[in-house]
Amino acid sequence: MNNASSQIQSASSLTGKEGGGSARSLIVSALDHGTVIDHIPCDRLFEVIELLHLQDMKSKVTIGFNLKSQKMGTKSIIKIADRFFNDEELNQLSVVAPDVTLVIIRDYEVVEKRPVSLPDELRGIVRCDNPKCITNNEPMRTYFHVIDKPNGLIRCHYCNHEQKLRK
Amino acid sequence: MNRSLVTIADHTREKIEYLIRMAQEFEHHPNRLLLQGRVVATLFFEPSTRTRLSFETAANRLGARVIGFADPKVTSGTKGETLKDTIMMVSNYADIIVMRHYLEGAARYASEIAPVPIINAGDGANQHPSQTMLDLYTIYQTQGTLDNLNIYLVGDLKYGRTVHSLLMAMRHFNPTFHFIAPDELAMPELYKQYCRQYNIRYVEHQDFDADVIAGADILYMTRVQRERFTDLMEYERVKDRYLLKLEMLAKARPNMRILHPLPRVNEIEYAIDDDPHAYYFQQARNGLFARQALICDALGITLEQVKVDKTII
Repeated sequence: MNNASSQIQSASSLTGKEGGGSARSLIVSALDHGTVIDHIPCDRLFEVIELLHLQDMKSKVTIGFNLKSQKMGTKSIIKIADRFFNDEELNQLSVVAPDVTLVIIRDYEVVEKRPVSLPDELRGIVRCDNPKCITNNEPMRTYFHVIDKPNGLIRCHYCNHEQKLRK
Repeated sequence: MNRSLVTIADHTREKIEYLIRMAQEFEHHPNRLLLQGRVVATLFFEPSTRTRLSFETAANRLGARVIGFADPKVTSGTKGETLKDTIMMVSNYADIIVMRHYLEGAARYASEIAPVPIINAGDGANQHPSQTMLDLYTIYQTQGTLDNLNIYLVGDLKYGRTVHSLLMAMRHFNPTFHFIAPDELAMPELYKQYCRQYNIRYVEHQDFDADVIAGADILYMTRVQRERFTDLMEYERVKDRYLLKLEMLAKARPNMRILHPLPRVNEIEYAIDDDPHAYYFQQARNGLFARQALICDALGITLEQVKVDKTII
């Protein structure tokens, strides 16, 4: 995280610099082109940063941590300029932090706003809990079938072991 | 099309009946040259003499040649070779690979990477479809049908891979299951849930006596293994409760047959071996015909071809 600190501004310094207003509207409106990931549970923020490799990003990244949220009490938000994520990256995101909101912005316009949900299949994202599963003993990608989306229940394609994604 | 056999749980009723009819052909004429010129590899990454001999006999009696290993200590796996590399290498030599592995999901993975069909001869605690197939064949053979039977599962229902696979494969045939096991080895909730999902009736029993057995068409015994118990006092307390004794067959139906995947340790009294209800040795023999059918099916040989086969010895 050391090299990340130079590229990431905290939300409070950002509000200070730009002079008041709610942190949320400021962060979102300040983006002209890029992706906003909203409603991130605060205890998942740093996992999301790591998952999307934001520390290696050259474009402008703004991160808000412990912001007030009517929906969830506190939340975190990430704003990434000039970067759009592919489905595989978003699927990964849905595993680490389900129920985040994805906002896509082009030319200051919100062109898409939707929840990120679990896909039907997860490839290479989650480890199988079963130590005797072939995927934990062979250089290969894991593969899970999502069998219960609301409860985050998944089944290993190889050993049939069922496990829960963290809620 | 990948003709591998990884699990029997996905098979339709029609497919199961088709394989039973094919096994019947092999029971009538087990010795043929149907697979002459073919090479069957048996890769046993975990030793299992019984299963390996059964598969190798099945291949040999159909005229195939058999290569492979019975002991993982002699393979490159001990030198750090991956399963993928072993499978790819053997695929160059053999037309089909029968594999047993201690890791769960190994056969599924092998079937995805191998250019030749894979037959799963057991992958850890996961699946053992050829055992299930011979169980189904035996039930059909002894009852004349697979439909509407009362199947009693006795012993280790928690870790018993064979009883789980049998339960799942029977879902097409409207069975009633009876679970008889000590608390520590009771049928897992997962499989009871499976029963409810597929409208399979099941009854749980604490007692194991002549009155309970009286309702059975099939009495499927399994081994209660000492090492499954965390509490050895509990083992000592229950181990004799699930022993089948001759006098317990007093009220058994005439059609009732006793099955056991073997090896038996002491769960069936030896005096029962000569009783007409005993069927576990014939069951093991059926493994040969069931495996002949599974090998042929995986190689793309159809029931029709088996029926008109002119290579019978």
